[in-house]
Amino acid sequence: MALILFYLRKLFSVIKNEVLVLPSRVVVVLFFLFLLLVPLFTKDTYLLRIFTLTSIFAILAASWDLLSGFTGQMNFGHALFFGVGAYSAALLNKYGGIPPWGTVPLGGLGAVLAGLIIGIPCLRLRGTYLALTTLAFPIILMGLVFAFPNITGGELGISGIARLAGSRVADYYIAVVVMLGLCTIMWKITDSKTGIIFHAIREDELAVRTSGINTTRYKLLAFSLSGFFAGISGGIYAHFMRIAGPSTLEVSMSFQVVIWAIFGGIVTIYGPVGAVFVLFPLMEFLRFWQEYRILMFAAVVLLILLYMPDGLFRWLRDKIEKECPRCKIRNIATRDTCRICTASLD
Amino acid sequence: MIGIYLELACLPAGRGFGDWNLRYNMALLIIDIVISGLISGSVFALLAIGFSLIFGVARIVNIAHTAFYMVAAYCIYVVTHKMGFHPIWAMVIAIILVTLLGIICYKLFINPIREHEGAVLIATIALAMAFQEVMGLIFTGTYLSVPKLINGYHVILGVKVFYQQILTFCVALLIMGVLWVLLTKTKLGLAIRSTAQDREVANLMGINEARVAMMTMGVSVGLAALTGAVVVPLTVLEPHMWMHPLIMMMAVVVLGGLGSLKGSFLGAYILGFAEALVVFLAPMGAFLKGSVALSIMILVLLIRPEGLFGVYFEEER
Repeated sequence: MALILFYLRKLFSVIKNEVLVLPSRVVVVLFFLFLLLVPLFTKDTYLLRIFTLTSIFAILAASWDLLSGFTGQMNFGHALFFGVGAYSAALLNKYGGIPPWGTVPLGGLGAVLAGLIIGIPCLRLRGTYLALTTLAFPIILMGLVFAFPNITGGELGISGIARLAGSRVADYYIAVVVMLGLCTIMWKITDSKTGIIFHAIREDELAVRTSGINTTRYKLLAFSLSGFFAGISGGIYAHFMRIAGPSTLEVSMSFQVVIWAIFGGIVTIYGPVGAVFVLFPLMEFLRFWQEYRILMFAAVVLLILLYMPDGLFRWLRDKIEKECPRCKIRNIATRDTCRICTASLD
Repeated sequence: MIGIYLELACLPAGRGFGDWNLRYNMALLIIDIVISGLISGSVFALLAIGFSLIFGVARIVNIAHTAFYMVAAYCIYVVTHKMGFHPIWAMVIAIILVTLLGIICYKLFINPIREHEGAVLIATIALAMAFQEVMGLIFTGTYLSVPKLINGYHVILGVKVFYQQILTFCVALLIMGVLWVLLTKTKLGLAIRSTAQDREVANLMGINEARVAMMTMGVSVGLAALTGAVVVPLTVLEPHMWMHPLIMMMAVVVLGGLGSLKGSFLGAYILGFAEALVVFLAPMGAFLKGSVALSIMILVLLIRPEGLFGVYFEEER
């Protein structure tokens, strides 16, 4: 009893001293609660479907950020991981008879393999060379998909695979919980020692190598981690839509991921996730003007970028929070002095 | 399916897929491959040169480059079909209009955010999407075609070689020659080359870097428009026609080495011929041609990471 009380008190003090002091943390907590509580208020299948797809793509966008944002290895072919995840989950389910809880992680591992295969030649390239080369891989795979239609289903894709779970609500919870879990893991990775090395590789790879760190290994690690998360989202997507088609490998898919991530603000993890939750429902909402949908989407992206080139969520965060010039702790923008070191915030 | 379109452009008209086994023999096949390779190679070369120009000078990865090519093609369609002008005028008008459009887009959307590389990248993607949608709204995504500049054909060893194909190839070579003169013999070319080499030093030497970037954008988009203009009679117009050339153009640029004209030229013909060979010789060639061409690019990169003629830039720190 005393132990429970102790933990309750600790939880309370953590919420009071660590969460409530910063509006961004409050927003994150509210976001978690909102996503977990949505099915209690609405059972509307259309709404749940949108949120499920949004969660799946949020994993994808965050995994792009983990690779391209953090280590600076611009990947224009992120659809490869997504497609490999989707296709391997679908193939394993259809021909191997493995249920979704087995195929999705195996799809993730398949994408890791893809990440290693493309990572090894790509490690010698940097910057724009890398970006333009990675663009080629999903297209090569798509050519193979079309060339062997009796295995991959060609243009129609592999259909008739098992459902993710019994009902829409269960699907929703699986997607959302996996998304929240994986994004927290990604955020933790970027916050760890490995994450610091990722940051450093982006900033100055030569300096990292001079410090005695094997950058090749870390870049491969970034490729495989990112591939794993993207592959999982691909697997969930395949089981949710019950089809794995060539649309998962399209160039527009790769571009879409890049748009989401940069729109939200790269090198943040929360930025891409937030951007998907803004842009994907927006696209659904714009369905009322079917013909103008993509045009309006492009206009929104262009206009927001003109004013917030660092990304929407970074801009918002800088509006509501200030960084202490002395101790680099973030404070709510209304404060005059830092909450930790009491230095004055300009 | 992206990727079918250019191949339609490369196939001589009037010969379907259906009866090809009956009528083809080795010589015909070789001539067809040569023509198709030369034409798609020239198109890729022109596009890739424009793309690497603006990348070299302003470090802008312009995804919308081939979208301008598509807009120029539609522009020609409007001027010839809807207004009834001669195709030559259509070409001139299209090139001028699209170049202006490119400069306006650069000024409005790209110049204000040039410091942010990622933002520029998705701004150009968004531009390309916007162009595609606008064209889709106006022309409703149906396949359109444009009359040939000169009609008729010459029969070489039993294969119809259309004058338009020869013209396209010659014009492409001519444009590349003019561009080479522009880059090596004029003052603007000197400014462009020096800005590409080192922005800061060029600035210190009194070159107005912002203006050079704008003019390069004009030249680059103008090249895209020209490419659209010379190839449009051989191809089918539809709003997604920019996708396949975009991918091949990027592959050419990487294969040849960024910023190298010679590299782009050679890389374009390598990939153009690779595509033609796969389309005509391999089973399921139409599906595999992109894959094979891109695999060649990756194989070359494995041996030479900086491309065929690329200079290995010292890492910018």
